[in-house]
Amino acid sequence: MNFLTPAFILDVGLLAMLVVVAFAVVRLRSLFAIVMLQGVYSLISAAWFVSLDAVDVAFTEAAVGAGISTVLMLGAMLLTEREVKPVPMRRQWAPLFIVVITGMAMFYAIGDMPVFGDPNSIANATLGVEYVEATKSQIIIPNVVSAVLASYRGYDTFGETVVVFVAGLGIVLLLGLNGNAGKWRAKPNGQDVSQIGAEDAS
Amino acid sequence: MKPQSKTRFKPMPERSENQHVILRVVAKLLIPLIAVYGLYVHFHGDYGPGGGFQAGVIFASSIILYALIFGLDEAKRVVPPSWIRIIMSLGVLVFGGTGVATWLLGGEYLNYTMFAPDSTHAAGQHWGIFAVEIGVLLTVTSVILAIFYAFGSRGGSRRGSHSPNPVDGDKS
Repeated sequence: MNFLTPAFILDVGLLAMLVVVAFAVVRLRSLFAIVMLQGVYSLISAAWFVSLDAVDVAFTEAAVGAGISTVLMLGAMLLTEREVKPVPMRRQWAPLFIVVITGMAMFYAIGDMPVFGDPNSIANATLGVEYVEATKSQIIIPNVVSAVLASYRGYDTFGETVVVFVAGLGIVLLLGLNGNAGKWRAKPNGQDVSQIGAEDAS
Repeated sequence: MKPQSKTRFKPMPERSENQHVILRVVAKLLIPLIAVYGLYVHFHGDYGPGGGFQAGVIFASSIILYALIFGLDEAKRVVPPSWIRIIMSLGVLVFGGTGVATWLLGGEYLNYTMFAPDSTHAAGQHWGIFAVEIGVLLTVTSVILAIFYAFGSRGGSRRGSHSPNPVDGDKS
């Protein structure tokens, strides 16, 4: 019983909880419960990331997944129904087929993945070791993740910031900061455009 | 959408003075702590987990908590929507401007060593990472608040009556 270490039991327990929560999300009809369970899902994954020593990822998952997206999903839920209408079974065969095929492909790909924590894997052996070594002399900060994010991979982080900015820009353009989306009407030559479309339709 | 679904939810009271006393007191205690913790995560990002992105999310969540307890209009008095548009673009500008500054100092784009080329303890890198993380913090905080304001205000506008020209009445 060498493999039954506390860390292993913790990992299996957390992953089992993730599966249970995922099935509950699929089966439930109440949107409020689903949003809450998605927050629970994020929190459990954050705990699992801590167990995998990925503290920065866990931090982000807990803050964004469990915190902000739960609030945003609740805000979106208030604008719509509170119950999901059940989808008839005959419309679920195609999604089920795609999910099964994708799942089988992913299980097939597991064989090619390196073992967890393998020091000889490509991610750990080549550039990663260089960054960890070079941070000591070039950046001189204790958190290598910050050094890689902000300095070695500064271009990528700049791109991410622009992506976040564009997301916010899209939200502001579509919905408006004061929620005045859909109320503004284009009036070329003093004529309401939406009225013209309504007359054509009728 | 069916017509009765618009009026199914009762409008919330504008400001519930006597309701939720415990919530309001606890939130007043927690909000400054959350904000300070966000700043701690930001400025401690060089030494522990965290950085501009996580700090921005935590800082924005403190304002979202304020909006949830005291109402969206009160939160908009603290952080007006007109600021958000400016801060959102300012963050990207700070990040990109850091790169342009290193450019002008003679290095490559985002080569922070140019801020202090003679430093023996990589002070240039520290300044560069500091400036870049400030940019990330500004953008992430304001974008999350923008998304929250957009969704939250939409819920409020649906409850109101349909005035002929509501855009003029909106403060921006």
